[in-house]
Amino acid sequence: MIDANSKTLLEVCNLHATVNGTEILRGVDITIKSGEIHAIMGLNGSGKSTFAKVLAGHPAYEITQGTVFFNGQDLSGLAPEERARAGVFLAFQYPIEIPGVANDQFLRLAYNTVQSQRGKEELDPLEFDDFVREKMKLLKMNPDFLDRSVNEGFSGGEKKRNEILQMALLEPQLAILDETDSGLDIDALKIVANGVNQLANKDNSIILVTHYQRLLDHIVPDYVHVMEAGRIIKTSGKELALALETHGYEWIHADDHAAGVRS
Amino acid sequence: MSAALQHLVNRPYKHGFVTNIESDIAPKGLNEDIIRLISSKKNEPEWLLAFRLEAYRKWLDMAEPTWQNVKYPRIDFQAISYYSAPKPKKKLASMDEVDPELLRTFEKLGVPMHERAALAGVAVDVIFDSVSVATTYKEKLAEVGIIFCSISEAVQHHPELVRQYLGTVVPPGDNFYAALNSAVFTDGSFCFIPKGVKCPMDLSTYFRINTQESGQFERTLIIAEEGASVSYLEGCTAPQFDTNQLHAAVVELVALDDADIKYSTVQNWYAGDENGIGGIYNFVTKRGLAKGRNSRISWTQVETGSAITWKYPSCILRGENSVGEFYSVAVTNHHQQADTGTKMIHIGPNTRSTIISKGISAGQSNSSYRGLVRVAPTARNARNYSQCDSMLIGSQCGAHTFPYIQVQNNSAQVEHEASTSKIGEDQLFYFAQRGIDAEEAVSMIINGFCKEVFQQLPLEFAVEATKLLSFKLEGSVG
Repeated sequence: MIDANSKTLLEVCNLHATVNGTEILRGVDITIKSGEIHAIMGLNGSGKSTFAKVLAGHPAYEITQGTVFFNGQDLSGLAPEERARAGVFLAFQYPIEIPGVANDQFLRLAYNTVQSQRGKEELDPLEFDDFVREKMKLLKMNPDFLDRSVNEGFSGGEKKRNEILQMALLEPQLAILDETDSGLDIDALKIVANGVNQLANKDNSIILVTHYQRLLDHIVPDYVHVMEAGRIIKTSGKELALALETHGYEWIHADDHAAGVRS
Repeated sequence: MSAALQHLVNRPYKHGFVTNIESDIAPKGLNEDIIRLISSKKNEPEWLLAFRLEAYRKWLDMAEPTWQNVKYPRIDFQAISYYSAPKPKKKLASMDEVDPELLRTFEKLGVPMHERAALAGVAVDVIFDSVSVATTYKEKLAEVGIIFCSISEAVQHHPELVRQYLGTVVPPGDNFYAALNSAVFTDGSFCFIPKGVKCPMDLSTYFRINTQESGQFERTLIIAEEGASVSYLEGCTAPQFDTNQLHAAVVELVALDDADIKYSTVQNWYAGDENGIGGIYNFVTKRGLAKGRNSRISWTQVETGSAITWKYPSCILRGENSVGEFYSVAVTNHHQQADTGTKMIHIGPNTRSTIISKGISAGQSNSSYRGLVRVAPTARNARNYSQCDSMLIGSQCGAHTFPYIQVQNNSAQVEHEASTSKIGEDQLFYFAQRGIDAEEAVSMIINGFCKEVFQQLPLEFAVEATKLLSFKLEGSVG
């Protein structure tokens, strides 16, 4: 929801980032306020996922220019775990499998770490079990997931639900969902979208990184950005996504071109 | 390898210190006179001297083996002192009389002996260098007829039992290092559980190598008679030295009908520094004979220390329906090398064996699993299940699996599974993104990886094992 009085949560200016010496982000600018939902769309290789990983602090990516402020704090100086504890959450496009580590132990450690950072009460295994089972209902997840190894042998849809479950537990201020819709059938998509909608409130913000309009039918964004060659080249309201769905990404350039001809 | 990973696998050895206790050290070198000296110092019967000399003569004709997947400079066996003992002050009647310096050593290890013995109900047979200085709970065990003492004492007080079983599982000429041990062993533990007795507590021995450049040749013999059962714990840690120390122990287990022996080891000897200088060579022969019907031999080991670990705790399954088990975690870091595994020799019908091996390699270390499953023609319906998992931390370490399977009875079922995984940057990033730092993440992954083995350890040992893995692989990150 857009509210002119909301405070700015994320402010990215002229962000450049490289991976293995190759520049992927080439001057990203974006400002996100509390309560807003932003969609970032674009073709494969446009830099969407890189942007998500850079915000979360993936060690393979290096910021070479520009600034990222989160709640007024310079994110570039924080380790990934510090960013997470400060309230930045990334739902992974490809959630990582961790054989041998039980999901419930992993979830509880993550939850208690973040709780302790916020000066809130940590939960013992029994208390946490009750708590997490309640959260799982939101995503219609089978409690069996708690006993399995983290993401190991999960289907694509199960992994994505597990990501949103973690979002529900950690209650981040900024949640970046990196192609959370990919690999989901329509029923699972609805469940995940419904979960995200219930978690959205006036104090947090969500960035949806996606290729497709269909996710945005269920989670309605306040802003849609189009990314290309490492920059955001167009920003508009939710109708932009529909136009892209109808006309394809080339249409943006046709538009630019037409504008150029007119001037 | 990322900086965080580098850092957390490079933690210095915590137990590096030398205790100053005057030692009575034999001159360096090995010959028949030295063996006679050891034997006479220990006031041994003639048959034992003969056993030693026979082993020595066999050893002289044997060549040092070279097939193992480990590298080390040639050992000069004439540069080793084969006997050292803390100078006996007087007979010790109680723990209070134990050298306070020695007690402090144990406290530095974080395992206060008296506390451990009292609180955990564990009888501790303390080996300090080569001579036992204190044995607790012996009387309590004696009430049910259990003999638990140093092997030297057993030779004095129960010579017939020692003579009956010594060398029956690992003969004096079994292999190069077993022969050397048979010739020069100075002490070790002896445990005898008589017919029908379930040992009321876990029996525990803490080994500690103390005198610089003194070879350690422990000899352990455990016998469980018909229907008896025992759980035996062996834990090791050593001070920090620059020169390598050879450790060539022999452990023999004998289980008669319906007997059950569980042998657990947590090994944390000095592994050398981060450049691979120093550290213990741990070349051990461990073998159990499941001699009787329905007998069971179970080995559990957590190998975290030593510059080189080279051992194959094995089971000879001779009795009908006998069971052999091997659960192992071997951790190597820096320049450590490990070539470890087991041998399951199925001789009796309906014998079963299980092998669960977990190898963890970090730094520039190298870890090999080597295991033999042999099913003899007589072993009808023998079954084996083997699982060998390797985990790599970083990109400069190695893991290898060498399974040997020899089946000579077509009713046998033998299964082997193997996997290799890696703690990668992506896994650590996933943890980090959920607020969990690298140190906790590695600890959680490793404990998860080793779970099946840790479950086999007695509770207090499982806690210690978890801590040891933390010493080895965690560190102060950032």
